[in-house]
Amino acid sequence: MDGDHAAAEGALAAGCRFAAGYPITPSTEIVERLAARFPLVGGLFVQMEDEIASSIAIQGAVWGGVKAMTVSSGPGMSLMMEHIGYAVMTETPCVFVDVQRAGPSTGLPTLPAQADMMQARWGPHGDCPAVALCPNSPQEAFDLTITAFNLAERFRTPVLLMMDECVGHMLEKVVIPAAEEIEIEPRRYTDKGPGEYVPYRAGDDLVPAMSRVGLGHRFHVTGLTHDERGYPAMSADVHDRLVRRLVAKVARAADDIAFHEADGIDGADVLVLSYGITSRVAARAIECAREGGTRVGHLRLKTIWPFPDRLVERALSGVRAAVVPELNLGQISLEVQRVAAGRTRVVPVTHAGGAVHQPAAIEGAIAEAAR
Amino acid sequence: MTTTQTRGHAGRSAGEPAAPAEAAGPVNPVERYLRKDRLPHIWCAGCGIGTSVNCFTRAVDSCGIPLDKIAVVSGIGCTGRVAGYLNVDSFHTTHGRPLPFATGLKLAGPGQKVVVYSGDGDLVAIGGNHLIHACRRNVDLTVICVNNFTYGMTGGQVAPTTPVDAIATTTPYGNLEEPFNLPHLVDSSGAVYVARWTTYHVRQLQKSIAEAMRKRGFSFVEVLSPCPTLYGRRNRLGDGLAMQRLFKDRCVVKNGALTREADFDLGGSGPIPVGTFVNRDRPAFLDRYSALMRKELGDRFVPFGRPDAEEHTEAAHWVGAEG
Repeated sequence: MDGDHAAAEGALAAGCRFAAGYPITPSTEIVERLAARFPLVGGLFVQMEDEIASSIAIQGAVWGGVKAMTVSSGPGMSLMMEHIGYAVMTETPCVFVDVQRAGPSTGLPTLPAQADMMQARWGPHGDCPAVALCPNSPQEAFDLTITAFNLAERFRTPVLLMMDECVGHMLEKVVIPAAEEIEIEPRRYTDKGPGEYVPYRAGDDLVPAMSRVGLGHRFHVTGLTHDERGYPAMSADVHDRLVRRLVAKVARAADDIAFHEADGIDGADVLVLSYGITSRVAARAIECAREGGTRVGHLRLKTIWPFPDRLVERALSGVRAAVVPELNLGQISLEVQRVAAGRTRVVPVTHAGGAVHQPAAIEGAIAEAAR
Repeated sequence: MTTTQTRGHAGRSAGEPAAPAEAAGPVNPVERYLRKDRLPHIWCAGCGIGTSVNCFTRAVDSCGIPLDKIAVVSGIGCTGRVAGYLNVDSFHTTHGRPLPFATGLKLAGPGQKVVVYSGDGDLVAIGGNHLIHACRRNVDLTVICVNNFTYGMTGGQVAPTTPVDAIATTTPYGNLEEPFNLPHLVDSSGAVYVARWTTYHVRQLQKSIAEAMRKRGFSFVEVLSPCPTLYGRRNRLGDGLAMQRLFKDRCVVKNGALTREADFDLGGSGPIPVGTFVNRDRPAFLDRYSALMRKELGDRFVPFGRPDAEEHTEAAHWVGAEG
């Protein structure tokens, strides 16, 4: 099964029953699969008129009471940014899958890149929390799609699954566990009745309980700054409280959701920090470097946002330098530099996209970093 | 339509405000449809949006639809604020996008009556692509489009409904572009119910909104409305009352008229056609979907919707229950 189809199956396993989308290479196979599979499981796919419509139709469906997602690639993701912000502000849990291709603009539609990583962080206007996961195989496309839905429900925020063309189109074995073995985070509906329910009043976890249409709560949802009742409130004080809560509910769980894979980090002289498809090329380069006698550790991030500061800080301590290969001109390497704060040298291995790195490029950077 | 105030009470569900009879003193019959803790509203004196809301609440009352079964979705702009004042599940979405939001909402919760209540700039300019596709798709939605010929919230810019030669802040020497004839646009895109009234025609408007809400499929009611502050003043149309008088004097009821002949020039002196132009039947999206999947997949088809959701057909029970 390829990564796109695996993501579709992951969505089904996570309980997603509504998807809206607009055709765009290399992501379309996900919704093609859902269009065929949904009628057999009580789901519905609608091909909308554009990505703007898709990214807001799913949010209507969420307030109608189902789990929902949309799928796109670079140009479509650019169009969806306003509605990622709307989902943040209205605390609408939903999933966006970005099968990355090389940009800017139409770029290389059929070839891979990892150049939307900062867009995933900073794309919507305003101060937003960001949650983004990055699989490096079809199996992980399946697994992390489920995780994406679970995190969306846990935090009531949009979650991005940042794939790339290679993972999307790569054919590998995917093991789909029995339904009872898959952990699903249910939507956390309020148990309060009409009159008692305060739609945007959060408890200790900073995440308010949800409602949906038809329960009698007669709630109001707006992208405007709003008070706990959900009513527009045009004051700097209310705005400050709201935005800080929206950001904090994710930020303070950063360590808890720092999914990753570590290999040979302890005692390493050089750390390679990678994510997505690049991690598989990096693994080959690391193998060669180790054969040459260099002690190289590999930290592969599955959670890119919120950036796992403490995890990376620990991995950086004791190494001479960190090598960061990515299919862009240096995005996540900036985050590594921020965490390193001048204490550890960071060597980006950049690539504008359209292909994956040659292992030799990463191996060369490891050699340079080890000097 | 003179006894509509009491009809909706039969549909009242638990938790609704006390019946007028239990309250002390006279009670406005549409009060229970409004979020009183959100008043006063933001609309200017002489604006027609409030009049349209009054007609909407009376239409809901006449249909007997329980308030918990209605969701109202608005976009951005003066009319975009309507959702926030109505005592129902309500959504104030992004600019131009109430229709795709409502599409997802209605499909996921087919037991709800979903009404999109927004302005001409929101629905026809930035949301124009969604409008024609929503007509074509024929999801069971009712659209109330308040057309005040301008962008009010942002200070009176030119809109795709602004008459030629009219003065707006962004056309200080006059508008060059021909306005849309909205009934013709949505008719040719596939809407099953199309009407146009003005804020002068309150009885007809109320009746038309009720008809639209009972109609299965995509229904569209255009409400011509004065914006004295930002349109009327600049274009020498006088205050809100003067614009109501203009509607009274120049509107001609032409039920069933061809929508391509329903255009008018607000700045001229010719007639303004109003009425119910289109009322036809075409299978709604979800009905067609279910029929197709049953045919193609037989017993393997699992109908869409929450397991606990009411059947789509149950919604028809009250949608058709005119008193």
